[in-house]
Amino acid sequence: MVKNHIAKSFTGGIKLNANKNVSSSKTIAEQFIPSKLIIPMSHQFGPDAIPIVKVNQRIKKGELIGEPADKNALAVHASCSGQVTAIEQHQEPIVGEVSSSTCVIIQTNKDDDVSHQKKYWPRDTQTRLNLINQAGIVGLGGGSFPTAEKLNSKSLNCELLILNGAECEPFISCDDVLMREHATEVLRGGMAMMELVGASAILVCIEDDKPEALNAVYDAAGQLNSKLIQIVTLPTRYPAGGEKQLIEAVTGKEVPSGEYPINIGFICQNVGTAYALDRYIQLGEPQINRVVTVTGQGIKNPQNVLVPIGSPISELISFCGGYNDDVSHLILGGNMMGYSLHTDELPVTKATNCILAINKSQEEKSTQIWPCIRCGDCASVCPAKLLPQQIVKAYTNKNFNKLEELGLKDCIECGCCDVVCPSHIPLTASFKNAKYLTEEATTHSLLANEAEMRHNLKKIRLSKEQMKVDRLHAELKSNVRGDNRKSMINDAVNRSRKLRNKK
Amino acid sequence: MQFTITKAPYVKPITSIPIVMRHVLYALIPALAAYIWFFGFGICINILIACIAAVVSEAFMLYLRKQPITQGITDGSALVTAVLIAFSIPPLVPWWIPVIGTFSAIILAKHLYGGIGANVFNPAMVGYAILLLSFPVEMTHWAPPLAEELGYEVLGFWSTIIYALSSSLPIDTNIDAITQATPLDMIKSGIKNNSTITEIRMDPLFGKLGSFGWEWISIYTIFGGLYLLYKGIINWHIPVSVLTSMMIFSALFYAIDSDQYLSPGFHLLSGSTIIGAFFIATDPTSAATSNKGRLIYGFGIGSLAYAIRTWGGFPDGFAFAVLLMNSSVPLLDRYTRPRIYGKS
Repeated sequence: MVKNHIAKSFTGGIKLNANKNVSSSKTIAEQFIPSKLIIPMSHQFGPDAIPIVKVNQRIKKGELIGEPADKNALAVHASCSGQVTAIEQHQEPIVGEVSSSTCVIIQTNKDDDVSHQKKYWPRDTQTRLNLINQAGIVGLGGGSFPTAEKLNSKSLNCELLILNGAECEPFISCDDVLMREHATEVLRGGMAMMELVGASAILVCIEDDKPEALNAVYDAAGQLNSKLIQIVTLPTRYPAGGEKQLIEAVTGKEVPSGEYPINIGFICQNVGTAYALDRYIQLGEPQINRVVTVTGQGIKNPQNVLVPIGSPISELISFCGGYNDDVSHLILGGNMMGYSLHTDELPVTKATNCILAINKSQEEKSTQIWPCIRCGDCASVCPAKLLPQQIVKAYTNKNFNKLEELGLKDCIECGCCDVVCPSHIPLTASFKNAKYLTEEATTHSLLANEAEMRHNLKKIRLSKEQMKVDRLHAELKSNVRGDNRKSMINDAVNRSRKLRNKK
Repeated sequence: MQFTITKAPYVKPITSIPIVMRHVLYALIPALAAYIWFFGFGICINILIACIAAVVSEAFMLYLRKQPITQGITDGSALVTAVLIAFSIPPLVPWWIPVIGTFSAIILAKHLYGGIGANVFNPAMVGYAILLLSFPVEMTHWAPPLAEELGYEVLGFWSTIIYALSSSLPIDTNIDAITQATPLDMIKSGIKNNSTITEIRMDPLFGKLGSFGWEWISIYTIFGGLYLLYKGIINWHIPVSVLTSMMIFSALFYAIDSDQYLSPGFHLLSGSTIIGAFFIATDPTSAATSNKGRLIYGFGIGSLAYAIRTWGGFPDGFAFAVLLMNSSVPLLDRYTRPRIYGKS
């Protein structure tokens, strides 16, 4: 019998309109194949992969197209079969912005030739971790942290593996539907992870607004009949799925500031990542696709789609019936922590959990901003227990020491404070900017220090040189005053005479 | 296709300053109804005059400070200040009393400190304190509650308006015949004359628990306060700590000598305790921001108000207690900062 736990809660947070039924009422659409793929060689973490294919080369689904730059880096695979048409710079959404990187462009065909096959799953931990990197597996929660690196906890003791199925952000339902339809695979993947890190149990954490996913996971856990799987029902409150908040809710412990969960004995993995690992172990399939929620009032037919990595967002949207007329914003991620894109001619990456298209009325923040009235509502909803109103004041005054003191770095950018602020101050946006400025100021002061050091060194060098010159002069002078002074003068007079005579 | 770029989160804020202020005004309705019932329509005239004064002074100051005028006036904060001033002055006063009170509040206490959100002191209480110190006579002329039933002369509706506008009473009336000292005042002077509380409380101005009339207004004010708590506009920390400290000190001294000190019930339901705890001390701008800070802040207000009432020179010390605690807010905020997640 699988144990049921109900978690306590974490500090702060808010209840939001989930808006999940828009997309979660249908099963995952698995037949989407785009006409072309734009597969980036870059990763959110670590060095870019090196493309090993040539233009016009025919390739199969699952084939290696980008070799890892070093032995701990990630590989890139083709997510559909087809023909390489170009290897060029293309824009892609990465870490909160759109930037350019090397991409392999593939014209797909409908053959769906598969190159990968089930491989031997070795016993040795290090070999396993290498295989996970070679399969290109990264965390699918949105951070895209390399899974092998996270699971590499040899030196640190991991007690508990936490499978994060909270999915607290409104609109997104990709983890929800994945758990409904593939609970067994998710749990199997989780158990493989647990074995890898040597944890003694898995906690599967799911918010209580996902009863179907909870049931599916219960059933699957019953079938697997493992005493090590425990299921935790979380009260639905944003941001319950934030790694630190989840750990606080489930274990009552806090991850020390600036450290990772593994430092207190926990590893958090997204359920989607566990599923991807299971696909690799069972079928040998590298991470070449992910479930993406395409939703919002701007989409004609919102749903969850199994998307090959590199599919253009525009084609994915067409697959979902296209845009409604009044669409104004295209957001990558949910409406709380996502970021808006200026165009849909971008590839879906492993970090793309949701494409949200909304219209003006849905997004509209009041254009009126009042001064802060110090109501403190922002502080009471802050899961990091910060004082947003004081941070924003320090930010306006560009007081970097104060920003540091008030814990700007501990802000998780969840956006709760923005939602409750009666003065409509853009708090989270300010904090992101403040973090950027702080970093810049730090580099600036580092550079300034370096410059000062260089200047000092130069001063020392110059004074040394000056001393040398002075010494030489002194030597010369003493020489000149010596006995050979007369002969030197005579020599000089002779030389000049000779010259004159020549003329 | 091209899209607009904006910053996260893409969610409509759940509230705004005008909404907050509107709810504060709604929450004062039950108290206003009780007030009118006991003291007549005088307060309505005061509210009207104070509101006009507030809008005029707010607009003028915003103009001088080159701030957007419409946004400043429509946020409703000036109106809340005006209404709170009207609630704290006697219902029967010449028109320039609410005008001076409101002007001082809006101009001195609010805009000279930087406008909404920047005032160090509670504007309504600054206005009230200036009035009390400058015009003690006008500020202590209270018509008794339900005057007719208590056997006092009563001013009619028109005479009230005429008095408010021109300070002139009908020929056969004088101000002392229609007004009375407040119960808190009477206690103060009574104790000075060596009467016991029981003797003083024989006066019909005293009710079952507090002062007659005021106790009911206080109870209706509680409904408004509960509404604000329910709406999440105020937190429980300040009202609870204000009332608790008031209770603790009054109970302590009442237990020591019930002839010299008033009962806790009387303190809670007289003067401005309730409206102060729920509507005045909770002004977010001039109050402490952390929960711990709010508890200390409220406790300070309750105990200072009790001390000023009992031993000070003024009948009700609430305004001064609030102003004193306002000045301690930067210190409270500094030393009650919550511990950040993950930091020891």
